[in-house]
Amino acid sequence: MSRRRGLFQPLSLVLGFAFLYLPILSMMFFSFNNSRLVTVWDAANSPTLKWYVKLFENDQLLDAAFLSVKVGVMTATGAVILGTLAGLVLARFGPFRGRAILSGLTTAPLVMPEVITGLSMLLLFVAVEQAFGWPAGRGQMTITLAHITFTMAYVTVIVQSRLAGFDDSLEEAAMDLGARPVTVFIRVTMPLIAPAILAGWLLAFTLSWDDVVISQFTSGPGASTLPVYIFSKVRRGVSPDVNALATMLVLTVAIVVFVGAWIMRRQERKRDREIQLAIAENK
Amino acid sequence: MAEKPAANPRQPERGKEYVRIQNVTKRFGDFTAVNNVSLTIYQGEIFCLLGGSGCGKTTLLRMLAGFENPTSGQIFIDGEDMEDCPPYDRPVNMMFQSYALFPHMSVEKNVAFGLEQDGLPKAEISQRVGEILELVKMGQFARRQPHQLSGGQRQRVALARSLVKRPKLLLLDEPLGALDRKLREQTQFELLGIQERLGVTFVVVTHDQEEAMTLASRIGVMNRGEIVQVGTPTEIYEYPTTRFVADFIGSVNMFEGRLTEDEPDYVRIESADLGGRIYVDHGISAAPDSTVWAAIRPEKIEISRERPQGSDNTVGGTVKEIAYLGDMSVYLVRLQSGRIVRVSQPNAERRNQARITWDDSVWLSWDPSSPVILTQ
Repeated sequence: MSRRRGLFQPLSLVLGFAFLYLPILSMMFFSFNNSRLVTVWDAANSPTLKWYVKLFENDQLLDAAFLSVKVGVMTATGAVILGTLAGLVLARFGPFRGRAILSGLTTAPLVMPEVITGLSMLLLFVAVEQAFGWPAGRGQMTITLAHITFTMAYVTVIVQSRLAGFDDSLEEAAMDLGARPVTVFIRVTMPLIAPAILAGWLLAFTLSWDDVVISQFTSGPGASTLPVYIFSKVRRGVSPDVNALATMLVLTVAIVVFVGAWIMRRQERKRDREIQLAIAENK
Repeated sequence: MAEKPAANPRQPERGKEYVRIQNVTKRFGDFTAVNNVSLTIYQGEIFCLLGGSGCGKTTLLRMLAGFENPTSGQIFIDGEDMEDCPPYDRPVNMMFQSYALFPHMSVEKNVAFGLEQDGLPKAEISQRVGEILELVKMGQFARRQPHQLSGGQRQRVALARSLVKRPKLLLLDEPLGALDRKLREQTQFELLGIQERLGVTFVVVTHDQEEAMTLASRIGVMNRGEIVQVGTPTEIYEYPTTRFVADFIGSVNMFEGRLTEDEPDYVRIESADLGGRIYVDHGISAAPDSTVWAAIRPEKIEISRERPQGSDNTVGGTVKEIAYLGDMSVYLVRLQSGRIVRVSQPNAERRNQARITWDDSVWLSWDPSSPVILTQ
């Protein structure tokens, strides 16, 4: 590569990364600041870990984080079950009466403004509570239901697209070999769409994890998720422990993503090698 | 298969009737994929459904497997009506065109899948899987994953998987389609050997006439959802009953003409297309003076520089094109009428003194038994 590239390409690379990551880096940087004022760097006593220590003494915050995890797990699981079923119906059952409506309805939450989803959920929960006495008040249950509603659409789309590229004859072959439809699903379809289901689960979890608007509408007193907690705290003035919290979140996500990518890459390489080997053997 | 087969081990009429397709029609919306097909397939034979793409052959096969239901008509397998019988209850297995090997299972798991569905004991499953993998010479690859296999090996695994349940009827959808030519030829003969050994009835779908000719005991030629002719490979090739079949199987020279002399033991046809008369040494059933077509295969035409005796079945022309194929040469000869005739001659001798070359004036002639006279 002796060709001269000029300045344009490296420059745009640097600017692009700066645009994306400078805010996060500055936040990380200030999380080690000793000063109470978020934007003033206290050079004498920094860096310090005191905000991180404070974080773990804050029960309210820990409760909110724990609730977020619970809601996220339940949401992702519920959304995966419903979304997979919807995706299966849309991808498999060919044309049927009401197909277009079902397809439109399952994907509508993708483009629905969150405020509308949140508000309509709130109204529904209140109305249902008045009519049946359930759900009693708003909290973990209502947040989870609302999150399932809007994350299911993403799972449906992912599963549907995976099934679209799926060789139907695999299922037919299983049936031909004597497997009943339930067995076919468990032993052939499920393992093959497992990557899509996993991706859907992670996406649903992430969406639930950082949702503010819908959670805001459907949470009740004493049950706020982490983003809702952060948001309400920030409104009363940014405090440096939020920086520390955010830094930890970013690092956690980054590590998970990198490890995932590394494992996938390794498997892909192994597979490629094996295919090459199989071809070479038959030469 | 108790008795020792004579010359042709795949004689069709020997077995008892195994599959009966009765007036089966399949429509998809407005499109009729299979139109009123009736067919009988005998036990132990290899029946080929041959036709171009979209002729309905695959739909017919899928109806035998149970993946599609006929719009009307009935299918009997071993005397039983298959109407409400789902694919997993049919005594039939299928080998898919794409092989459809389960990518998340090893070779032995793939093959064992069908036996597991029957709830057989583990020991018996592994024994039968081992046997069938040996039969298709894939024993050493039992623990491989499908993506670690070549196309030919996958084809063998797919065959093993469809045979391991010992079906009475095996359906094969373009079984050799994905293999290269050399491998194809070899696999064709292996397939025949396995079929003979196990005595399974094969129904093969293919668009490849060569494949059909080598494999089949009988061929059913399909066109636009209908069976146009059923017969042994020889019958289909030498005695086609329609212009479609004559044209579809192999290459043929088709001359349109008028029936001028119609006697019980010979006929004469006046053909402007040919620019001469065609004499055929047997009677045909067609109205005098009607329009008929004479189909003559390229290898049944003699090409020479000297004019043969007689005036019937002889026509002059000029060589326009020669294709040397090694074992034989194909000549394209332009007649005075402007028609191009295809003639093929085996290259029996290494040095051919009288080798015919471009722009030579030549005479074409054929035996009175060679033309096939078609009325439709």
